[in-house]
Amino acid sequence: MGKLFAVIVFVIALLSAIPIITHSWFGSGISFALPEDISTHGHAIDDQLSDTMVEAGLSFLAAQFVLAFFVWKFSNRQANAEIKTFPGGAKGLVIAALVLVGTEMLALGILGQKAWATVYFTPAKPDAIQVQAQAGQFAFYFRYPGADGKFGALHPDKIDEGNSNFFGLDPANDVDSRDDIVTGELAIPINREVHLMMHAKDVGHSFYVRELRIQQDFVPGLDLSVHFTATKVGKYEIVCTQLCGLGHYNMKAYLNVLSQEDFDAWMKQKASEQ
Amino acid sequence: MRTKLVFVALLAFMVSPALSFGAGTVSGKITYTGTPAKQKPIDMSKEPSCAKQHTTPVTTETVVTGANNTLANVVVYISAGAPEESSAPAQAVTFTQKGCQYIPHVLAMHTGQELKVVNADQTSHNIHPLAKINREWNKSQPPGTPPLSEKFDKEEFVPVKCNVHPWMHGYFAVLKTSHYAISADNGTFSLPNLPPGKYTITAWQEDYGTQTQDVTISGSETKNVDFTFKAKPY
Repeated sequence: MGKLFAVIVFVIALLSAIPIITHSWFGSGISFALPEDISTHGHAIDDQLSDTMVEAGLSFLAAQFVLAFFVWKFSNRQANAEIKTFPGGAKGLVIAALVLVGTEMLALGILGQKAWATVYFTPAKPDAIQVQAQAGQFAFYFRYPGADGKFGALHPDKIDEGNSNFFGLDPANDVDSRDDIVTGELAIPINREVHLMMHAKDVGHSFYVRELRIQQDFVPGLDLSVHFTATKVGKYEIVCTQLCGLGHYNMKAYLNVLSQEDFDAWMKQKASEQ
Repeated sequence: MRTKLVFVALLAFMVSPALSFGAGTVSGKITYTGTPAKQKPIDMSKEPSCAKQHTTPVTTETVVTGANNTLANVVVYISAGAPEESSAPAQAVTFTQKGCQYIPHVLAMHTGQELKVVNADQTSHNIHPLAKINREWNKSQPPGTPPLSEKFDKEEFVPVKCNVHPWMHGYFAVLKTSHYAISADNGTFSLPNLPPGKYTITAWQEDYGTQTQDVTISGSETKNVDFTFKAKPY
C-alpha cells in the first residue's frame, strides 16, 4: 500500500509538470501557452514567467520525487514497525532548504524588478499618445484630447450616460472639452508609445490585455497610469479582471492596433462624430 | 356572463356618441429654434450581438429632430382640466430592449397601467428606472426571460437606464390622464376625444423641460396648439 502511494505521488508530480513544461518549451499554439506578445516590454515579463516556472517547477518536482522516494523506501505498516529518524537529525537539512528557497525567491524578485520597473516605475516619453481610460459599471470608455491636445476638465456632476457624456465634460462652458474624442474602443497606432491614464468612475476595475502583458487595476480616487508600445496590428480584447458587480462578466472593450495611416483616418472619423 | 357582456355592450353604445359627437381635438406641431446639440455616436462594440443588429450608426436620442425643425419624442398631455378617470386602461404598454436600445425611447403610460418590459436581445439587460416619487427598482432580465410586469402609481417622468449597458437610456412618462400623445418624427401630435371644457396642455421634452398652454374646447372642434422649444447647442 505504501509503495502504491509512492507511485501515485510520483505520477501526480509528473502530470502536474506537463503544463509547466509545455508552457516553457513549446511556445504559442498549444493550450497552455501564453498568447502572442504584441508589446515591446512583454518579452521581459514572459522571460520572467518562464524563469519562475522553471525554478518553481524543478523545485516542486524534486520535492515530490524525494517525498515519493521516502514513502517507497520507509513505509511500513507492520504493528511492530520501528520508527526511523533521519540520520543526523533534520536541522541541517531544514536550514539548507530555507536558505535555498530564500535565495531563489530573492533572485526571482531582483530579476523581476527589471520587468516590472520598465512599465511601472518609468515615466512615459513626452511624445507618447495621451489617452484617458475610464472604467465604470460595466464598460470602458476612452478619451483622446482632440485637435487642441488638451483634455477638458472633468465634472462628475455632469456625467450623463444617456447623453453619452460618460466622463462628465462641460462643453457649454469649457472650450478644451469641445473637441475631446470619447470612444468605446481603444484605437492606437502601431509602434508608438501610449500613455494610458486610468480613472475609475465608481468601483475598482482592472485593465487587462493578455497580448500586451499588461494588467493594472483602476482604483477609485487614484490617478494611475501605464504606458506601452504595441508592435502588431490587430484587434485584442480588453477585459475587466477585478470583480466589479453584476455585469462584470460582460465588461470588456477592444484594443485596436492600427497602422499610423489607419489610426489617423480613424481619429478623423471619430472627431467628425463628436 | 352573458348579461354582463350585454350590459357592457349597451354601456359602450350609450357612451360612444358622447365621445364621437361632443368631442373636440387638440392637435399641433412641436418645433425648435436655435441649434440642437449634435447627437453622440453609441459604440456597442463590447456587445457584438447588439452591434450586428444595426446597419447604420446608432446615436443618442436626447433630441430627435425631423425636417423643418420639428421635434419628435415630446410628450404632450392634458395636465389640468381633464375629466376624472376612475381606472387605468386595461391594455398594457410595452417597453422593448432590442439591439441594446430602448424602444420606444419615450414611453407614456397611465398611473397604475400595466407595463411590460421585453428583452428581445441575446444578452442580459438590467432595467433600472430612476424613480424619485415612485418606488425605485431595478430588475435583471437574461435573454429568454418572459416579459417583466410592473406599474407606477404616481405621476412622474422617470429616466430609465440599463445597469449593464451604460449607453442605454429612455424615459417613462407616467401620467394621471389617458389624454396624451408623443410627437411623431414630423413633430405632430393629436389629443382626440376631449369633451368641451378648458384644458391646460403640457409639452415635455427630456432635455428642454416643459411648456404649457391653455386651450378651451367647445363642441367637436379641432384646436391647433403648437409648441416651440429653444434648442441649446451643448
